[in-house]
Amino acid sequence: MSSGGVSEPVLSLRGVTMRYGEREALRAVSFAVGAGELVAVVGPNGAGKTTLLSILAGVQRPSAGTVSALAGDGRVGWAPQQVALYSKLSVQENLELFARLERVADPHAVVTRMLDQTGLSERAHERLGHLSGGNRQRVNVALGLLADPPVLILDEPSSALDPGQRARLWSFVGGLVERGTSVVFSTHDVSEVERYARRAIVLADGELLFDGPPRGLIDAADLEGDLEDAFVGFLAKRGH
Amino acid sequence: MRWLLAKDLLILRRSRLLVALLIVYPVAIALLIGLAISRGPSRPKVAIVNLAPAGQTIELAGRRVRVSEYADRLFSQVDAISVATRTQAASKVSAGEAIAAVVIPNDIVARLSSGVTHAQVEVIYNGDALEQSLVRSTIDSALAQANLALSEQIQTAAAQAIDLLLGGGNLSLPGAPANLIGLSRIPPALHGILAHQRAGPDRTALERISTFADFAAQNLSLSKKVLSTVSQPIQVRSTLLHGRRTPLNTFAVVVAVSVSLMFICVLLAAGGVAHEREENALARLLRGLVSREVLLAEKALLAAGCSFLVAAAMLAGVGAFVSLDWSRVGLWLLALAFGALAFGALGVAIGALAREVRAASLLAFLLSLPLAFLALVPAGSVATGLYDVIRAVSFVFPFRACLQALDAAVNGASPGIGVSLAHLTGLTVLFGVLARVGLRHAD
Repeated sequence: MSSGGVSEPVLSLRGVTMRYGEREALRAVSFAVGAGELVAVVGPNGAGKTTLLSILAGVQRPSAGTVSALAGDGRVGWAPQQVALYSKLSVQENLELFARLERVADPHAVVTRMLDQTGLSERAHERLGHLSGGNRQRVNVALGLLADPPVLILDEPSSALDPGQRARLWSFVGGLVERGTSVVFSTHDVSEVERYARRAIVLADGELLFDGPPRGLIDAADLEGDLEDAFVGFLAKRGH
Repeated sequence: MRWLLAKDLLILRRSRLLVALLIVYPVAIALLIGLAISRGPSRPKVAIVNLAPAGQTIELAGRRVRVSEYADRLFSQVDAISVATRTQAASKVSAGEAIAAVVIPNDIVARLSSGVTHAQVEVIYNGDALEQSLVRSTIDSALAQANLALSEQIQTAAAQAIDLLLGGGNLSLPGAPANLIGLSRIPPALHGILAHQRAGPDRTALERISTFADFAAQNLSLSKKVLSTVSQPIQVRSTLLHGRRTPLNTFAVVVAVSVSLMFICVLLAAGGVAHEREENALARLLRGLVSREVLLAEKALLAAGCSFLVAAAMLAGVGAFVSLDWSRVGLWLLALAFGALAFGALGVAIGALAREVRAASLLAFLLSLPLAFLALVPAGSVATGLYDVIRAVSFVFPFRACLQALDAAVNGASPGIGVSLAHLTGLTVLFGVLARVGLRHAD
C-alpha cells in the first residue's frame, strides 16, 4: 500500500534492504518524502524503524537499494534516539562544536538562532548534564538542524519525555515543518502519529506494510475503533 | 581535528578528579616499582642462638681463628636477634618476630678443629613458600661467605706452614724440632756434600736423595698457589657485550617513567574513544563530520601529548635526585614521543573495542599492568620456553620497546635507540590499523 506520488521529493528510497548476517532487518523498502512533509514511521519493536532511520540519516549503508537526498546540498539532519551530546559541555558549547564540525558559514549566528528556536537562550551556559531530559532532547534536535537541512530525521524523539515536554517538542517540530523542513520521525505512540503526522509508514519485520495518511490505516484495518485499535488490527490482519 | 581536540581538552579540564587520578595513580605505581627495583631487599630478621662457649678459638695449623669472626661473617647479611636457647629461637620464629633461627651448636669448635668432620648449624624456619625460599637463599649465601672466610684463614695458616717448611725456622707445632733447616736449603747442602764424596753406593744413594729434595722443594713452593686455587676455585671476570653498564637507580627511573607514560596514555586514549560512544556522539561524528582516521588520530595524539608532558616532567623531576646525563635530553624526548605515540595507538585500539569508558579503562588496565611486569622479567629467571613466550608477548606490545628506547636514551643501553624507535613506529602502525578495524562499525 502506498501514498502514491509525492510532490517535490526531497528524499527517496528505492529497494532498500538491510541484512545483518542471515537476518533481514529491512526488505526492499521504497518511498519518497516530499518537501514540508511530516512523516511518521511506526511499527512494533524490532520492526526495523531505527535501522531505516539510520540509513536515511546516512549513519549506515544499506545492503542493497539506494537512498537519495534530492534537495539542497544533500544534507540530512539527524537526532538519534539517545541524546548524542557531551554532558560536560554547555548547551552553547555543544552547539558551537557541531556547528564548526558541520562547517556552517557563521557558527555564532547559527548557534544564536538555534538557541532562540529551542527556547534555550537563557540556559545556553548550563552544562548539558544539568538539563532535564526534555531540554536535552531539544538540544539534540537542534544539533540536527545546525546546517539548516531540508530533511530532519528524528528517532523516537519523545520516548523519554513527559507530556508537557512532548507538547513543547511537537510545537517546535511543527514550526520547522511550517517553514518547509521535511521531518521523518519514528515512534511507538500511535496517538502521536494521529495527532501530528500527515503521513504514516507502517513497518513490521522489516517490511513496509502501509504508507498513507494515518486515518487511512483505519480503513485498511477495516475495524471499528480508534487509530491504535486499527494499527493493532492491521498488523494482526497482516500476520504480525 | 582542532575542534575535537579543543573539545576534549575542555572536557578534560572539567574532569579534574579523573585527571588527578589519571596522573597521581600511575606516578605512584611507577615510583613504587622504581623503589622496588632500585632498593635491595631489607635484611631479614633471624634469631641467633650461639651455644659455642664465648671467646673460643679454632686452631688451624698452629694459627688461632676466633669463632666470633666466623659468626660475624655468618650474621652480616641478616638482622640478627640474639637469644639464649633453641626453644626461645623457635618461639621467635613461631611468633613471626623472626623469619628464621640459626642455632650454632656448642661442639662447633671441636668439629672445625678436628679437620675431619663437618661443623653443622641448624636453621629453623616456617612461613609460606616465598619466605622459605628467601630464608634458604639468604642463609645459604651467608654460609657460603662464612665458609669462604674460614677457608681463607686456613689457606693463610697453611701457607705460613709451607713457608716455614721451605725456608726453615721454628714451626709452632707440638713436638716440632727447633730451628728446622728448611726443604729449600737441603739440595744445596747435599750438593756440597756430594762434591766431596767418592763414587760408590753411598754417593749414588745421596744423589737420589738430592734429586728428591730438589723435586720436593720445587713442588712444595707450588702448593701455595694450589691452596689459593682450591680455596676459591672460580672467580668472576665480567665482560659487557653491548652498550654500557646501566646503574640500577637510573634503570629504575626509566622503568618508573615508562610505566607512567603507558598508563596515562593508554587509559586516556582508550577512555577518549569509549567516551564518544558513551555519549552516543560517535555515530553523529562519523556521519560525515569527522573521518574515523581523524577521530582515532586525534584521540591518540591527545593522549600521547598529555602523557608525554607528564612523563617528561617526571623524568626532569627525578633527574634532580638521580644523576642523569642531561646532554642526552633530546634523545629522552625522542624516546618519550615515540613511546607515547605507540601507547596512544594501543589505547585507541582498546577504546575502539570497548563500548563504555569503564570497560575501556578496565581493559586498558588489565592489559597494561601484566605487560609491564612481563617486560621486566629477566632472561634466565624462568624456563626457556616460557621466556620465549614472554619475549614474543612483550615484542607485540609497546612497553618493552619503550623501555628499551628510554633506557638507550637515558643510559646509552643496548639495543641502540634507533632499533627501539623503529620497533615503536611499527607497533604504532599496527595498533592504528587494529583501531581502525575495531571502529569499522560506529554502533
